Amino acid sequence: MAKPSTSDYTVAVPEGLELDRTGRLELYYFMALNRKLEERLGLLYRQNKVVGGLYSSLGQEACSVGTAYALGHGDFLAPMIRNLGSLLVRGVRPTDVMAQYCARAIGPTRGKDLNVHFGWVERGLIAPISVVGALIPVMAGIALEMKMHGKKNIVLTYIGDGGMSTTDFHEGMNFAGVHKLPMILVVENNLWAYSTHVSKQANVKDLAVRAEGYGCYGEIVDGNNVLAVLDATRRARARCLSGGGPVMLEAKTFRRKGHAEHDDAGYVPAAERAEWEKKDPIDAYRRFLIDRRIVDSPDEIDEIDAKIVAILEAAADEALSAPFPDPSIATENVYG
Amino acid sequence: MPVTTYIDAIKEGIWEEMEKDERVFILGEDVGIYGGAFKVTKGMLDKFGPMRVIDTPISESAIVGAAIGAALVGMRPVAEMQFIDFISCAFDQIVNFAAKCRYRWGAGVPIVVRGPSGGGVHGGPFHSQNPEAYFFNVPGLKIVCPSTAYDAKGLIKAAIRDPDPVLYFEHKFLYRRIKEDLPTEDFVVPIGKAAIRRQGEDLSIITYGAMVYKALEAAEALAGMGIDVEVLDLRSILPLDEEAILATAKKTSKVIVLHEATLTGGPGGEVVARIAEKAFEYLDGPIVRIAPPDTPVPYSPPLEEAFLPQTMDIVEKAKKLAAY
Repeated sequence: MAKPSTSDYTVAVPEGLELDRTGRLELYYFMALNRKLEERLGLLYRQNKVVGGLYSSLGQEACSVGTAYALGHGDFLAPMIRNLGSLLVRGVRPTDVMAQYCARAIGPTRGKDLNVHFGWVERGLIAPISVVGALIPVMAGIALEMKMHGKKNIVLTYIGDGGMSTTDFHEGMNFAGVHKLPMILVVENNLWAYSTHVSKQANVKDLAVRAEGYGCYGEIVDGNNVLAVLDATRRARARCLSGGGPVMLEAKTFRRKGHAEHDDAGYVPAAERAEWEKKDPIDAYRRFLIDRRIVDSPDEIDEIDAKIVAILEAAADEALSAPFPDPSIATENVYG
Repeated sequence: MPVTTYIDAIKEGIWEEMEKDERVFILGEDVGIYGGAFKVTKGMLDKFGPMRVIDTPISESAIVGAAIGAALVGMRPVAEMQFIDFISCAFDQIVNFAAKCRYRWGAGVPIVVRGPSGGGVHGGPFHSQNPEAYFFNVPGLKIVCPSTAYDAKGLIKAAIRDPDPVLYFEHKFLYRRIKEDLPTEDFVVPIGKAAIRRQGEDLSIITYGAMVYKALEAAEALAGMGIDVEVLDLRSILPLDEEAILATAKKTSKVIVLHEATLTGGPGGEVVARIAEKAFEYLDGPIVRIAPPDTPVPYSPPLEEAFLPQTMDIVEKAKKLAAY
């Protein structure tokens, strides 16, 4: 991350974006934490400490962090598999994530489920299931409750370019549109759904055009520019709160690793990958912080990075020193 | 004395819960202004308003999904499937989302998914099914199948108050064909408790739903032949009332398991297995299953009549078993 980049991709600042210095640095912190946590998990994976698959959001950190950072107290978020960064912004500890990935007793699901499949209703986080699209009707239901009670809150969830092909995407979006629910659907168009290119999922170039079919507002945003993502999500949130109904944000981005750690993504053309590597969201944002003199010197960013490394080492120690769950809980909590 | 039909019992149960608990609301296709395809929700829109009686698009997965979301944040949604056959469109939300939340991350999903099931009304392959067995193998769900107006009301109330997802399979053949006096005071029928509908000594018929009436008719006919039949109405099939099942098996030593779901993989197989495992020494004959053949539900009256278990089928099989 600290290596200098020759890319000419720059972080454009959205007009009228209000964000103080602390906020600007927090965006960096969460994106870097997202990436370094995944790198640390990659190490644990290679050490056979991770049980099952490992899913990377390399190159998509700005989508998760920028969207989640726009939310307010009482809003609800449901992540998909590449939204680890959203969870971190919403207060999930790296220890929780590592313990979950390593199937330990102190993981949020106590070893009952894996990866980012956890949540806390009281913290406004809904656990996803592996079936993509399923979250959309569920989050619409939470938005329905907000509407029923006149709450000044919204829900936000994600779908990929592949997940957009599901029944639940259509049914959930249509339901939210008809009932004008305060829901933001972030379409992370990272071009690849496992090995299938977006051109085999959709016969449209821009997935955001689908918003019109549900009578909701759609917008395309540069998914690698965290400021643009934040700004678009804030505006979407304001629109939802004013009763404007759901918003669909298409974040154009790219999945730089395979579907999961086992997949080398050999089906992705090398030139396409190289092109997107130049648009790394964290490198670009780091240059932005330095070029715009948000930080006094690059050292300040290095300090943030060092702090993250320390946090992650402590988290790894805590997670790995925790026991596996006791088999006696395997049959618990099926019913209330 | 007010006499309540089975369908009105369902309606009264929902109505009373909505009056008592503002977390309860209804969503489904045509449930509002039209009052539901069978009129279960008639009058509710006027009484409770459009925020609590919600007409939805034709989107069973979104109906159940939205119910799940609302339930996660404290509501008590009652989702209607216009015909229970269409529940297949919401299968993923029910089995992967609702049923597993509590186990995975401790989040209860107190939803009710209800709708008209069952044959006998010439509805054909997509308006007559008994799909309870699809869900019988899904830990985390509860399944109820009331046969009386009392149970219809008591079980819908219990389902709404239950902390877990409950599939409520009402039988459309019974909607307006049966009626009874119901208590004026509040009551529930506990989920997971069977009821003996007829005491007998010689043979047990374990059944549920509309087949309870076929079993009782058969029992009357068999009584004239000197065969004293006990009829156990399961009322809930998930969880099964194992205690009641084993008690009747041990009492009469001869068991027929009868249901309207098709034979192979039907809930009856589990009833048989429990008896075989836990009351084998008490049996004086093979356990007999009576269920429709493994075909879709046919439309034309003579075909449907051949498909559904009839009283005389039960009588014949019971006679054979009694003589075993």
